[in-house]
Amino acid sequence: MNLDIENASLILSALLFAVGTAGVLVRRNAIIVFMCVELMLNAVNLSLVVFSRSLGLEAQVLVFFVMAVAAAEAAVGLAIIIAIFRHYEGVDVDRFNLLRW
Amino acid sequence: MLSLPLLLQETHAAYEPILPAWILLLPLIGAAVNGVGAFNWRGNKLIPSVVGPAAVIGAFAIVVGNFLAMQAAAPHDPAIVSLWTWMAAGDLRVGVDLQFDQLSMLMMLVVTGVSSVIHVYSIGYMREDPGYSRYFAYLNLFVFFMLVLVLGANFAITFVGWEGVGLCSYLLIGFWYENREFASAGKKAFIVNRIGDFGFLVAMFLVFVHFGTLGYESVFAAAPTTRAYGGVVVTAITLFLFLGCTGKSAQIPLYVWLPDAMAGPTPVSALIHAATMVTAGVYLVARSSVLFAMAPVSQAVVAAIGAGTALLAATIATQQYDIKKVLAYSTVSQLGYMFVAVGIGAYTAGIFHLRTHAFFKALLFLGSGAVIHAMHHAYHEVHSHEDPNDMRNQGGLKRFMPITFATMWIGTLAISGIFPLAGFFSKDEIIWYTGAYGYGILWGIALLAALLTAGYMTRLLVMTFHGENRTGADAEPHLHEVPAVMWIPLAILALLSIVGGWVNIPDALPGLPAVHALHDWLHPVFEPARGILEAHGLHDAHSSPIGGGEAMWAGISTVAAAVVILLTFRALVRRTWEPAADSAEPTGLAGVLYNKWYVDELYDRVIVRPLLALWRGCWRIVDAGLIDGSINGLAAGTRAVGWIGSLFQTGRVATYMFYFVTGVLVILATFLL
Repeated sequence: MNLDIENASLILSALLFAVGTAGVLVRRNAIIVFMCVELMLNAVNLSLVVFSRSLGLEAQVLVFFVMAVAAAEAAVGLAIIIAIFRHYEGVDVDRFNLLRW
Repeated sequence: MLSLPLLLQETHAAYEPILPAWILLLPLIGAAVNGVGAFNWRGNKLIPSVVGPAAVIGAFAIVVGNFLAMQAAAPHDPAIVSLWTWMAAGDLRVGVDLQFDQLSMLMMLVVTGVSSVIHVYSIGYMREDPGYSRYFAYLNLFVFFMLVLVLGANFAITFVGWEGVGLCSYLLIGFWYENREFASAGKKAFIVNRIGDFGFLVAMFLVFVHFGTLGYESVFAAAPTTRAYGGVVVTAITLFLFLGCTGKSAQIPLYVWLPDAMAGPTPVSALIHAATMVTAGVYLVARSSVLFAMAPVSQAVVAAIGAGTALLAATIATQQYDIKKVLAYSTVSQLGYMFVAVGIGAYTAGIFHLRTHAFFKALLFLGSGAVIHAMHHAYHEVHSHEDPNDMRNQGGLKRFMPITFATMWIGTLAISGIFPLAGFFSKDEIIWYTGAYGYGILWGIALLAALLTAGYMTRLLVMTFHGENRTGADAEPHLHEVPAVMWIPLAILALLSIVGGWVNIPDALPGLPAVHALHDWLHPVFEPARGILEAHGLHDAHSSPIGGGEAMWAGISTVAAAVVILLTFRALVRRTWEPAADSAEPTGLAGVLYNKWYVDELYDRVIVRPLLALWRGCWRIVDAGLIDGSINGLAAGTRAVGWIGSLFQTGRVATYMFYFVTGVLVILATFLL
């Protein structure tokens, strides 16, 4: 396999995404889960940057959108986590089953 | 008013109905005002006392004006007033059309005239009732619907009135609805009438299918030329129509509701269940006389049912103790006479008896109402719970109520056919034509029932007014004559019961002027039907089935009735009755008659109980088993599927994330592989 900079970056992106996904699935601490979500977003950003080399600058524009949304999401998500922490005195996601029927 | 002879005028000015819509509107407005009053000023007796009678008297005044105009113009054809188109669909066009002809005019006079008197009487009778305003609302509404019935120019409008009077009858029978028995009597009347209404509806559909219209004039004009005499079509239509009549006019087999209808206030019995509504069937047969004349089978059925009812009801009336029950069966019996008359083709005689019967039966009912009023008041004063209607508790009332006593005797002599009162002319005309047209058996039955009539009416009078008073020593001093607002109507009706027959005096009676006023008046209406009948063999034999002329038989029947009255009077006047509470149930034939030939029990066994059992089976098996079972099964299945689905909903974010990732992987795999 031709391991040039593009392929290497895409593989790194896939690995980061997989790590993020696994973290979301298996970790219980809400902060960690949250960080894993950010990791997945940044993995996607990385792959977008890679693709921009061949496909043009639009992909990089999209990266800024993702970063803006991620920032907003971080604000809301952290606020929720703080609220949960105050209520439960913990951030274990297995205890958040209010949505359960 | 009615006894004025027709003014024969050479110039026939066209007759235009005067204020036609107002005849209907006045009672309707009265009903609306009193209906509002029933909710908003319940304690106010003044407004209903003025509005209720005034609405009907106003209508009566307009009708009298119309009558005079019609008499002057003597139109041959009916005047039709089209108010608006009620429904137009395809070939069907039904207008709100009112038919002003001699028959509807006569009916209107009877309806509004008798209603006016009874409304006034009700002011006294219902004075202490908490539902005073509601009562007048119903009564006004009844008059409105009755006028719609008689004025309708097509079957549909007549049917509206037909249903409306049925509704008002139901409301007024169950007027004291707190009493469960009374409310049930109302329901019985309504349900039994439904059976008859089914017949009317089917007849109406048949008329539309075969004639393409519902208008009386066009149907009756088309029938003789387009349909065969005695054909299936006219026979079916008329038999279904007559089924409707047996319901409304209380004939065999649907007469059972009328005696129970006595649960309503007595003026209601007088107005609806004696004078007007129950005669609607007779009116309908007379109105459809062309169709009936073309169907000899139907005519025979009408006459036979009428004669059978006349006799059956008369026998039952001889052994009843409730004063109103006697009069109710008497009404059923007299209606039977009217059906005999219209069945054999003597339409004028039938309508004649309808008219005189309205006078004397309203008089008798209002008289019985006066008796009940006095009895009720006396029992009320001493807090007794005896039955004021039971004649065994009455007796000797002539000392306390001389006016009621006198007017009731006039009514009794009139209904018994004593010369020269109203019933003599009308009833003897029916009996005579039954014989003269060759219906020997019916003639015999009619004569027998006439004698029974004289008997049971005399029994009623003797038990109520003669002999010892059985009200009880403590209640007796409280008996008194009714107030003027009640006895003046009695006096008016008594006068009409005397003179009401003098509009049709046969030629045959010696020493009397022959008067044909009613006959001539109704001639244009019944001319077509009479023409059909005479073309197919109807002829007046001018002699009874066993010989003898009209004058002879009129004399025989009035003398026989007088003899029956005298014999009954002598036999009963010295007899003593135990008060109702101490009396044993009658036995033997008297018991069978007291229990009305057990017809109610028979209907209960043969119709009501099997139907109830059938419906109970339907309820248990079809409703509770099949329908509820399938619905409940569906619900249980849904719940089970939902429970399985809910297992996947853990409420944990990680679980959902897992589903999500799995889903993404599956989709990716599908696309990539």
